[in-house]
Amino acid sequence: MFRRVDETSVDTLKLRIEDREYAVPVGISVAAAVLLCGFNKVRNTPVTDSPRLPYCMMGICFDCLMTIDGIPNQQACQLEVRENMKIEVQQGAAELLQQR
Amino acid sequence: MEYDFIVAGGGLVGSSIAYGLARQKHKVAVLDGGDRSFRASRGNFGLVWVQGKGWDYAPYAQWTGQAADLWPQFVAELVNETGVEIDYQRSGGMHFCLNEAEWSEREREMEMVRQHTGGAFEYEMLDHDRLQQQIPQISNAVLGASYSPQDGHVNPLCLLQALQQGMDAHQVHYYPNQSIDRIEAKQGGFYTHSTEGTLSAEKIVLCAGLDNRRLGEMLGMDIPVVVDRGQIMITERLQPFLNLPTLHVRQTAEGTVQIGYSHEDVGLDDGTSPSVLKNIARRAVLMFPFLARVQLVRAWGALRIMTPDHNPIYQQSADCPGAFTVTCHSGVTLAAMHAGPVAEWIGGSSHLDLINQFSTDRFNVSPG
Repeated sequence: MFRRVDETSVDTLKLRIEDREYAVPVGISVAAAVLLCGFNKVRNTPVTDSPRLPYCMMGICFDCLMTIDGIPNQQACQLEVRENMKIEVQQGAAELLQQR
Repeated sequence: MEYDFIVAGGGLVGSSIAYGLARQKHKVAVLDGGDRSFRASRGNFGLVWVQGKGWDYAPYAQWTGQAADLWPQFVAELVNETGVEIDYQRSGGMHFCLNEAEWSEREREMEMVRQHTGGAFEYEMLDHDRLQQQIPQISNAVLGASYSPQDGHVNPLCLLQALQQGMDAHQVHYYPNQSIDRIEAKQGGFYTHSTEGTLSAEKIVLCAGLDNRRLGEMLGMDIPVVVDRGQIMITERLQPFLNLPTLHVRQTAEGTVQIGYSHEDVGLDDGTSPSVLKNIARRAVLMFPFLARVQLVRAWGALRIMTPDHNPIYQQSADCPGAFTVTCHSGVTLAAMHAGPVAEWIGGSSHLDLINQFSTDRFNVSPG
């Protein structure tokens, strides 16, 4: 559904979304990466279990929450992609992570 | 006169009173403030709370217990009339004690409330093991808790919305964004001069929170109001771990966690401060260590409407009969009382013995 406006070649990095490896442009947000890779949801809501995609892309709406590197409820639009990042669709409310 | 009653204030207190009056078929107008007003109703913690209240004033212990007992019926009728779900649960509530001193002080207060209510108030002191059976996430730093099955909680914003729809269903005229410049008592009634212009009613009820002091002076009432700021933090939504409210930590039906409990005298400033939020967070993490890794999404301050002895004020003006005030900081817990017996008392259809214990006379006792 989404493609880059600027299709000239750019540097890419590798990361994992839902346990599959993707190469995405350096410098974009996690939310942009997930959209670029064709995913149809980033999470299911805690109350009604409805699927969601990024909405505002600027940190306001909190609709793009994902589990990133094991930490739930991360705003995907506010985080820049990193090499080897592990990105997962967030299912409902966050688990309670015990202190390590 | 255009109305039977004008209610000054459209927060939880004013809305409960207006809703209760309108259900008795009175013609009611509500003059509410604007979004920039100090609104305890939009910033509070959502507790329907009994335990500990009135330990130093028996009438308040009795009053609070009666209010909490009215809640289930109050909610059933309100939800039935409006269709607004308000997430009310009489789940019981807890207050955590971190050390022996807190424990013994708490136990003493709980026992006093029990005695003040002739045993109607029920409580237990839970040691750490019994507490951990009920709340497995609790940390070992918590010595124990006081527990009462009579406490509960509610979504206070949904409660306000339900009351507003309830007022609408009973033809209350609601005027938002009002600033009341002047109230006159004349010709057997009351005239309010506000943004809307002039409105008249046979009787008037001051439910304007912190503004009650100023409005009361216009009607010969000395209403001693004290400002008390509380700050609250809100976390991201989490899986359920706390199935009953506590004074410091409450998990809502949607999964967010409210963390609070502070008292500050900072005047009319409903902002937040890092030092207070830090203390609130530190205590919460001491109780539930996993909270250290949880993200906060919001924080706010709100101003409680306190009286010098922390007990509510219910008063009819001696100088201007027909002018009433309801001034309290427990607009949630007492909502069922306000919409029911207090509205009937103000409406003139019932007599309430206990209410005389809450007049402002108690502040004017001369020594000796």
